[in-house]
Amino acid sequence: MNTKTSRRAFLKVSVLASGGMLLSFNSLLLGKSFTREAMSLSAESFELNSFIKIATDGTITLMSANPEFGSNVKTSMPMILADELDVDWGKVTVEQADFYPERFQRQFTGGSQGIRLGWKPLRTAGATARRMLVEAAAKTWSVPVEEITTESGMLYHRGSGKKAGYGEMASLAATLPVPKDVQLKKLSALNIIGTSQKNVEGKSIVTGKPLFGMDYKQDGMLIAMVTHAPAIGQAIKSVDDKAARAMPGIKDIFTINTLRDDYERNAFDTTTFTEMVVVVGNTTWEVMNAKKALKIEWQLAPEKKIMVKGWGGSTQPVVIPAGLESTVTHKAKMKEMSAKPGNVLRKDGDPEGAFKTAAKIIERTYTAPYLAHNTMEPVNCFAHVTAEKAEIFGATQAPEFIMQTLVARLGLPKEKIHIRLARMGGGFGLRAYCHHILEAALISQKVNAPVKMVYTREDDMTYGIYRPTYTATYKAGLDEKNNLIAFHVRGGGVPEHAVHANRFPAGAVDNYLAEGWEINSNITIGAFRAPRSNFIAAAEQSFLDELAELAGKDPIAFRLELLDRAKTNPVGKNNDYNPDRYAGVLKLVREKSNWDQTKPNISRGVAAYFCHNTYVAEVVDLRLDGNKPVIEKVVAGVDCGIVVNPDAAANMGEGAIVDGIGNVLFGEMTFKDGVPEKNNFHQYKMVRQKDAPGAIEVHFVKNEEEPTGLGEPLFPPIFAAVANALYRASGKRYYDQPFEKQIQVNRSRM
Amino acid sequence: MATINLNINGKQQAVDVDPKTPLLWVLRDHLDLVGAKYGCGMAQCGACTVIMEGNAVRSCSLPVSSVANKKITTIEGLSANGDHPVQKAWLEHDVAQCGYCQAGQIMAAVALLGKKPNPSDEEIETAMNGNICRCGTYLRIKAAINTAAKS
Ligand code: FES
Ligand code: FES
Repeated sequence: MNTKTSRRAFLKVSVLASGGMLLSFNSLLLGKSFTREAMSLSAESFELNSFIKIATDGTITLMSANPEFGSNVKTSMPMILADELDVDWGKVTVEQADFYPERFQRQFTGGSQGIRLGWKPLRTAGATARRMLVEAAAKTWSVPVEEITTESGMLYHRGSGKKAGYGEMASLAATLPVPKDVQLKKLSALNIIGTSQKNVEGKSIVTGKPLFGMDYKQDGMLIAMVTHAPAIGQAIKSVDDKAARAMPGIKDIFTINTLRDDYERNAFDTTTFTEMVVVVGNTTWEVMNAKKALKIEWQLAPEKKIMVKGWGGSTQPVVIPAGLESTVTHKAKMKEMSAKPGNVLRKDGDPEGAFKTAAKIIERTYTAPYLAHNTMEPVNCFAHVTAEKAEIFGATQAPEFIMQTLVARLGLPKEKIHIRLARMGGGFGLRAYCHHILEAALISQKVNAPVKMVYTREDDMTYGIYRPTYTATYKAGLDEKNNLIAFHVRGGGVPEHAVHANRFPAGAVDNYLAEGWEINSNITIGAFRAPRSNFIAAAEQSFLDELAELAGKDPIAFRLELLDRAKTNPVGKNNDYNPDRYAGVLKLVREKSNWDQTKPNISRGVAAYFCHNTYVAEVVDLRLDGNKPVIEKVVAGVDCGIVVNPDAAANMGEGAIVDGIGNVLFGEMTFKDGVPEKNNFHQYKMVRQKDAPGAIEVHFVKNEEEPTGLGEPLFPPIFAAVANALYRASGKRYYDQPFEKQIQVNRSRM
Repeated sequence: MATINLNINGKQQAVDVDPKTPLLWVLRDHLDLVGAKYGCGMAQCGACTVIMEGNAVRSCSLPVSSVANKKITTIEGLSANGDHPVQKAWLEHDVAQCGYCQAGQIMAAVALLGKKPNPSDEEIETAMNGNICRCGTYLRIKAAINTAAKS
């Protein structure tokens, strides 16, 4: 375990009014200035921060910086702090920090990076605070620092028998310089990390406490709802609000335009509808009714050219085409594009030549539709904007992404915009896009009152920002001995492709070609649990299953053979996976699922994938009841390094598996003339209790690797594991998601 | 507007609202009981589930006028300290992820156990099929119901 740190971070100490110690942990971003009291400390790769507050009465409060959307960061991340601080987990209080970019970096929940990027910073913050308490005790007792030990929030000097609680030393500790080097605990000495601890908000959840943005209320607060165009690609022509205005409880009706076309947006200012009609009133029901009474005429929106600041700060022009798009047209265009060469993303050896010499060739095309996020809590946000300041309370995965736009649009400096982070009723990528915060703020500014803006489910499902629709065509060539000699993937989508050119099986095949192409569209898209990976894993792992069958090999053995090749004699240099760890999860799942034993009436499918720095393999046990798949069991093997909170990690893994089962079988959003064709759960089929597997086992590889992502990586492989099991159950391969309506037993193959 | 007498969590109270207002919005906007959640507004997701006269009902689709004087329990009224056996089982299994659906799930589970103290897995699945959990905590929900049934 490397406890040496290679990049610098800063710890800032200030004395609380109460005399306690406030230790805020901050990472250094290059070029960012720091305050005088900030002191350097050696540490590594910090992009995340946290607070430790110790009151003189011994109360320890740990701040959770990242927004919570259900991945349990509010429990697991403070556990890391508490372990190094050496306190009893049962005695700490965890508080959600507000958005506070001067103190925290990366107050962002997404990309499965919370624990990975927080690991060392949080440990260092905990260890540094502990060290300062030790130094304070050494000073007070006039004994050497080395003779002081800590345990469960207590300081001891064995020689003299002196002891003190952390609280007693907190005020002195706060005046000491921040130590430059702190020793982190040995992994074997960690006693909170690696134990299962319950959700710190469990009790509030089961008693129905107001935790969510939707639950927020304050005196004088009005309710607002927006109406956007029914079709993507439309703009407002005229509004007749006479009837709506006359309805009870209605305060105001007006139109807003959230973003002007000449506004330079940042990458997360994804906004499908900038124009909307707003109804403001006293209660939700009154506003809902008035919204229905609006008479709005819509017209075709023109093509738009906007500038978007991408990652790394470079600004690109983006064209949003005019027109009303349909799924039928998308499918036809995707088919056409699939037949043509795409942009070469990677090429090894001579794929064209190798295909010519191949004894067997197989080519298959896979597709998947748009998906709606459908978080259970519909989009909403509270805002109170005055001439002096803006107070925001709402669900957001990424408050930093909206700040620039709030500043520009509200005309307030960022110091005057205060964002408090609500617990989110689900995120899945959706809430990285913060148009709702902007909308709420503009509405509040207009009516000069505190406002909670609420989307109906229908608004939520139809306002855009979907998982894109994708396709990928795979082609492989085997020689006479059934060795894989050529591999070609060509992927595309609207508006992006999902090909990861350097992932497996790149590196395991001498002759390899990856291509991608894209079709522009006005249908807005966004991150959706393991973006791109969730489709490409489904396609690739279904294809590898069929390829293994063609080669006459067991699907796990076939993958292991390829991984062995990638390890012993890798092709190319940029293979972004570790073949040993990849093979490790396949072996784990083979063992834990008793893969080699057949079970009566059970068909099995396997798939594996590496994304978000984590390796996952999954085996599905399935049977068909008529044409209805019944998933008896799913076994997952996961290598995400050290697991901070095992039971919570398993819960999230189970959730990702259930989510994937729902999406591969039922998930689908379609469009007709720009209109999303589903607007509520009577049309959009969600995975339910009866569709869930009978059992899910999540097994973690035990190692001492630093922790990596977990919220996303169990999601992508389940799609293909289901597809492959369905093939064995029905004798028919499934290529076009969602599968539910195509499932049919192919008797001739059975 | 009409005055409607409600019996919620053992407390009699009158509200003055449009009689067509769904119970859900009366609870949330007028009575500050926000445990029941809005998820779909059309009896499709179960987030708004409360118990009326022993039955799990979707408060989003019940006009308040139709529930006058009926005995209604919301999650806030389930126990004084969060120690109803179903709540305890939920904590024991650490069921929640985001937590948004869970009040509805718990109320549906309480209603089920009120009628069938020892439900089979199939009965649990049927009774709970109307409650969507987007986070996919279904297995833990089932396990928690089994635990609560045993307690
Ligand atoms: S909100 Fe009532 S069932 Fe969905
Ligand atoms: S816990 Fe998130 S919807 Fe159920």
